[in-house]
Amino acid sequence: MTINTLARGGWDREQMACFQKMEKVIVAMQDPDMGMKMRNQRLLITVIPHAMTGRDMITWLIQKYCICEEEALHISGMLVRYGYVYPLKEPRSLVLRPDESPYRFQSLNLFPLWINSFPSYMPSAIYLAKKNIRKQGELMEYEKERYSVLHKRINHTWDFVVMQAREQLRASKQRRKADRIVLECQEQAYWLINRPQPGAHNVLDMGLERPNNLSARVTLVSDIITFVKYSEQYQNHDPIMQGCLPSNPWISDDTAHWTMNLQIVPIPSRLRVERWSFSFMELLNDIMGRREFMIYLEKEFSAENLCFWQACEDIRHGESSRIVEKVEEIYKNFLTPGAARWVNVDSKTMDKTLKGIRHPHRFVMDDAQMHIYFLMKKDSYPRYLKSDLYKNLLAKAIVPQETKKR
Amino acid sequence: MRSPRVPEMATQEVQPNETLTHLKTESDTLKTKLEEERAKLHDVELHQVAEKVDGLGQFIMKTRRTLKGHGNKVLCMDWCKDKRRIVSSSQDGKVIVWDAFTTNKEHAVTMPCTWVMACAYAPSGCAVACGGLDNKCSVYPLSLDKNENLAAKKKSVAMHTNYLSACSFTNSDMQILTSSGDGTCALWDVESGQLLQSFHGHAADVLCLDLAPSETGNTFVSGGCDKKANVWDMRSGQCIQSFETHESDINSVRYYPSGDAFASGSDDATCRLYDLRADREVAIYSKESIIFGVSSVDFSLSGRLLFGGYNDYTINVWDVLKGTRVSILFGHENRVSTLRVSPDGTAFCTGSWDHTLRVWA
Repeated sequence: MTINTLARGGWDREQMACFQKMEKVIVAMQDPDMGMKMRNQRLLITVIPHAMTGRDMITWLIQKYCICEEEALHISGMLVRYGYVYPLKEPRSLVLRPDESPYRFQSLNLFPLWINSFPSYMPSAIYLAKKNIRKQGELMEYEKERYSVLHKRINHTWDFVVMQAREQLRASKQRRKADRIVLECQEQAYWLINRPQPGAHNVLDMGLERPNNLSARVTLVSDIITFVKYSEQYQNHDPIMQGCLPSNPWISDDTAHWTMNLQIVPIPSRLRVERWSFSFMELLNDIMGRREFMIYLEKEFSAENLCFWQACEDIRHGESSRIVEKVEEIYKNFLTPGAARWVNVDSKTMDKTLKGIRHPHRFVMDDAQMHIYFLMKKDSYPRYLKSDLYKNLLAKAIVPQETKKR
Repeated sequence: MRSPRVPEMATQEVQPNETLTHLKTESDTLKTKLEEERAKLHDVELHQVAEKVDGLGQFIMKTRRTLKGHGNKVLCMDWCKDKRRIVSSSQDGKVIVWDAFTTNKEHAVTMPCTWVMACAYAPSGCAVACGGLDNKCSVYPLSLDKNENLAAKKKSVAMHTNYLSACSFTNSDMQILTSSGDGTCALWDVESGQLLQSFHGHAADVLCLDLAPSETGNTFVSGGCDKKANVWDMRSGQCIQSFETHESDINSVRYYPSGDAFASGSDDATCRLYDLRADREVAIYSKESIIFGVSSVDFSLSGRLLFGGYNDYTINVWDVLKGTRVSILFGHENRVSTLRVSPDGTAFCTGSWDHTLRVWA
């Protein structure tokens, strides 16, 4: 499996999605009516036509998408990084400067989306050959290495490469200085992105290839309102939204909040005890809540229900090798007539479960477990919340003092 | 996706235009008509219901910890139940366990493969699971003895026929759920390495999964390159619900805290919320200025906020009820590849291709 994006051909779905969106932005920027105002930009003594400044781009983005300056800077920075826009000043530095620095739109045939349709090595070889001739051998180290690698690889067509390079250089000498500068910058930007210096940020690194293509009832308000209700109920418990007491450890560097909310503490916090009243699941998911509930059930002489439920959970989530042994234990302790901790399951469910026990498997207790779960949820749980046991715990629960944030 | 060329059926009865392409066009037309009819029945959107809800003020979240130590792209991370430790994995095969609060590294393992795309902390806090290009999911018990070689105690649990994209322990250390580039998900018994159940239905790579926090705890959701999010019954292996509204690969799925819905993040640059009882999408989180794909999503504790890590190095924070973007966070210097809220909701952690992890609060 190849990981290097540049070595493979064909489109990548991931690239398509975001490149298409960036192109939309570029097209909107060049719209004759609502797009950016292009003008001549001065580069030292040369005047470059159809250019814009970094500041222009940011202003346009802020207005078009109703975003802040920081986000506009970020987006325009991406457009430069991906080669849709290139700088005329300091062309080796692909950043967006929010000032009078001049930029231009890249020509269509040099858009990133076109890389994969080129026969891989030719354009890169011609570019390096041109640079080599122009700079009389003074290439950067990594460029020199690439040049010799390419030379070895396409040795048979090297004459063609050099010929193309010479031809392009000759043609460019006949151009006006402004055009020549523009073309050189275009090319420079394109190759910086598509053949980045080793160690440099490679925006076209798309990660692993994903090659495997193997192929109504109406929503009512009452359905969706549960999300509003849930969020409202839990709002005070959401540290990111409301903060937490005494302080958020990540912000204050003080771990008191965690110490006060360990699994087992002498006195739980008020928020924690309150949460047990939100749903039966919340009570059971908290070890302390479960313990308190067990104490209550013992007073009511129905503790066997919770013990049974816990034993069933143990089977569902435990090792496969111990299933048979655990099922036998449960049968002995909870289901045999006259058992010490016999659970009251309806006859239909009991029959089905007893039949299933003959061939025990991980889910054999599911029906019985659910029956007992809902029994506790509908009966014991609401009474527990009204009990003195719970009310006293809530009254004694700690409400920590807020400590100042750092 | 390019469909293969289908030869015309050579029977007398068949009309010349009854090719696969024609049938597909027909089914697409019917699909559109069906959706139009449903829209006429005035399906309610979440943001309409939430109109009267108070808007959220400015959110100031900052990087509170930066974890440096990976030598290459961070691909995945997971929190320990103790609310401060995390495990992270990277492209160079390294899996590191950190105390994120002190930023100390506590354990490090080098996997025999590169691109470790999946890692998970065991509920007990005593082991971690990881895998990637080796097509396997392996479990490493975490030793208290710093000198002990963790790699020696490694246990191979899952075996797929293509890369491992995600893994998660179920309610205990004894079972692991995995998803893979081979298009399937699977449930494994850790002790024996036995395959307990396999889940078939995706038409391409499965990229992500999440377990439901429901009372009965028997379902999970997966997302894939076929743009589908599927909900599965863990007992029977059946796909019980399927959602296909994204326009590109689904990189991340996460349940809403109540278990009644789940959010997804995709390469199409949107996050979406799907209501399981209404059996449809009820919200889209998108903005014209957001161009790059979402790699990972997670909810704040109350479910009011949705955090998304994006391929343009940013984190966007969404008001789940109103559908608006609350905040955009900058800081990473390359793609955000993974994002998880801590177990007690005090912070969230991101991992990035810039080799670092950050904890935000």
